[in-house]
Amino acid sequence: MYFLLARLLQATVVMLCVALVGFLVFQFVGDPVLSLVGQETSVEDREALRESLGLNDPILVQYARYVVNALQGDFGISYSFNRDVSEMIADRLPATIELVMLSGVLSLILAIPAGIYTGIRRKGGVAQTIMALSVIGVSIPSFLLGILLILVFSVWLNWLPSFGRGDVVTVLGVRSSLFTWDGLSHALMPAAVLCLFQLGVILRLIRAEMLEVLRTDYIRFAWARGLPGQRIYFRHALKNTLVPVVTAIGLQLSSLFAFSIITERVFQWPGMGSLLLHAIGQSDIPLLAAYLIFVGLVFTISNLVVDAVYVLIDPRIRHGAH
Amino acid sequence: MTEILCRTKDLKITFPHRLGDFTAVHGFDMEVRRGEIVGLIGESGAGKSTIGNAIMGLLSHPGKVSGGRIDLEGENLIDLSDAAMARLRGRRIGMIFQDPMTSLNPLMTVGDQLAESIALLRDLPMSEARKMAADRLDGVGIPDAASRMGQYPHEFSGGMRQRVVIALAMAGDPDLLIADEPTTALDVSVQKQVLDLIRSICVERSLGVILVTHDMGVIAETADRVYVMRHGKLVETGPTAQVIHTPTEQYTQDLIAAIPSIERREDRFRNPAQKTGEIDQWLLQGHKDESSGDYVTASALTKDFATRKKSFWGKAGTFRAVDIPGLSIKRGEVLGLVGESGSGKSTLGRMMTGLVLPTSGNVRYDDHGPLADVRSRARRKALRRDVQVVFQDPYSSLNGRMRVDHILAEPIRFHGLAARSDIPRLVGALLERVGLPAAAGRKFPHQFSGGQRQRICIARALSVRPRFLLCDEPTSALDVSIQADMLALLMELRRSLGLTMLFVSHDLAVVRQVSDRVAVMKQGKIVECREAEALYDSPENDYTRMLLATAPRATGH
Repeated sequence: MYFLLARLLQATVVMLCVALVGFLVFQFVGDPVLSLVGQETSVEDREALRESLGLNDPILVQYARYVVNALQGDFGISYSFNRDVSEMIADRLPATIELVMLSGVLSLILAIPAGIYTGIRRKGGVAQTIMALSVIGVSIPSFLLGILLILVFSVWLNWLPSFGRGDVVTVLGVRSSLFTWDGLSHALMPAAVLCLFQLGVILRLIRAEMLEVLRTDYIRFAWARGLPGQRIYFRHALKNTLVPVVTAIGLQLSSLFAFSIITERVFQWPGMGSLLLHAIGQSDIPLLAAYLIFVGLVFTISNLVVDAVYVLIDPRIRHGAH
Repeated sequence: MTEILCRTKDLKITFPHRLGDFTAVHGFDMEVRRGEIVGLIGESGAGKSTIGNAIMGLLSHPGKVSGGRIDLEGENLIDLSDAAMARLRGRRIGMIFQDPMTSLNPLMTVGDQLAESIALLRDLPMSEARKMAADRLDGVGIPDAASRMGQYPHEFSGGMRQRVVIALAMAGDPDLLIADEPTTALDVSVQKQVLDLIRSICVERSLGVILVTHDMGVIAETADRVYVMRHGKLVETGPTAQVIHTPTEQYTQDLIAAIPSIERREDRFRNPAQKTGEIDQWLLQGHKDESSGDYVTASALTKDFATRKKSFWGKAGTFRAVDIPGLSIKRGEVLGLVGESGSGKSTLGRMMTGLVLPTSGNVRYDDHGPLADVRSRARRKALRRDVQVVFQDPYSSLNGRMRVDHILAEPIRFHGLAARSDIPRLVGALLERVGLPAAAGRKFPHQFSGGQRQRICIARALSVRPRFLLCDEPTSALDVSIQADMLALLMELRRSLGLTMLFVSHDLAVVRQVSDRVAVMKQGKIVECREAEALYDSPENDYTRMLLATAPRATGH
């Protein structure tokens, strides 16, 4: 428990630092008053506006105000859309979440069995083929793969739609496109593109860890105890590979959240990635700062979850043994 | 005479390799009966573990049995399919490994692992298996077994873990138990208890036991009969007492002779110096006429290590690893430091050489003053030139990516002890001084055996012309015959060069061979520190007496 509390504290500090960076972005882009008022506004009016916006307060007070506002979900107004930034993120977030979930689940379902299999039968033909394919998966650029998929499945075969997000329905209070066939057919290709890269990385990691663990004494002893292979591979070996694997999965999933930009662009997916591209193009500072904090939050939360999972997996962390 | 339980006949084990097959075992015959412990002894590479693995059907890839038979009560195990062999493991043959720290799955509770084995091997439902598991843990001498079922392996001490391992290996009540170095990783006092446990299980259940070990002392105290192996061949066999006291083969005689005795200090470890060539003059250069006082003195020395906090707001506790009022080593003296694992002997050794800083107290060198004052770069450099260390593991203490001559030349160059053009010649002479050919410098560490590597480590330590040498378990990773050579070399160097030495070891017999004085440590304290002969012949402290009594003796009692 102590371990998790300490991690929670660290996470809070990290988030405060991220918020500081987000806050400082505003300080570097010039006087906000200048961009708010016209040329003929008098100096007195400008000063009054400055005062009313709190820009004359000490910088720490301004930072604290920014943090308090952010905690309440208030990141200001987007310059280019003239809308609440948090509202815009709330609009886009579900689309990204469902894409990440779909690709994450797909890659785990494929990577874990394939990783175990290639770890056990590393010389077999099937295993060698899987390994060769995983290299392709890791090295092929996502935009190229996306365009190829569109060419094959949308243009030639005309099976799947080539862009956009499909029908959205609400099931049990969750709005998502994954509950309809139309929505699923739209999500399938972008999810596959995102999945392929992660699949390669996670599969290779599980395989390498399996090879390592299968050489250990406790696995040899498990054979000597007369346990059947299945039990040794799935119960004894797999669990011992999980700590590094969970770390990698946590980082992979969070980077999907933050940086699925190219894939979203290729498939015209209305998610966070396209929002970020727009914000960069328009120098939309409130939007960029909010995005920065959002990415920080995703990474921090996923690291916290990873830490919690460590504790579940490994009793030595729980008991603070070395 | 009871019937033979397991017999190997003309057993041949081969490891195919693209440069030609390597035969690990050629034509080995062995018999094991119920209720007896058969010892299988040999040095590393003798093929003794390979035989155990072959009987178990767990030869490491790509090894295979290439001839002969292994019979278990008349059934040839070599003809069995993998599936049939798998059914024998645990049920008919059990096995325990050397290191109890790594033989248990760290992520499963001890109870779960044992219940898993029992449920599987005996076709019992989990609830009954758990009950039986608690009984079994109790049976191998784990106190409070029922509540310790829910604990993880890391919560057990080494000896307790090996008991758990034994319970696991016995879960299916096998007929044959193969124990591969079951006590090598344990302290002597614990070693005896574990061996006694194996002995009693063997008798109670009329179990056949194959005890694989490199340690003649373990064999002498435990085995009924012994097979001596070398290079995959049987050298000699017979009842244990006969093989140990009247060995017929030269190899067995040498093996037994090489074992240092705990009973006396032997002359062959201190044969007179033969060659004091040019290199010895170089090694002795730059040392002033030395006084005869103490070289290094520790006073009121303590070392605390932080332990983990118990709660979020709690303070981190400390664990006092070393707490001694004082200890000094005279110039030219060898001080032996013995103790069990966790006694703080290595930490104390490291503090005496400045590798670890004490929490309180002081270490003072005659030539350099108090360690705490050695602050400037130049003084630190001078101290480190005079104080050198030889570590336990010669495999990890040499940089595998550096050639041996570079390893030896680096410290000479760093301390500017010789002209650049002289260094290659000096390195060659150093290698010859420790018993290696000068040409060995062109090779990399992995091309040498363990003993040769330890010689390289010694040469490296000598290359800066040290005055004080810390030897931290320098022979523990080596075979006995090589260990004897290593001790002789260290003793000879010490005499020729007048080295002061701190010799840290868990092996009481080895320490007796080399030390002038011996300090016995227990839980961070020195319980007894006297002249070596006096301490061994008439120990005054109870703990020293216990250590001496439990140490296995190759010669029997």
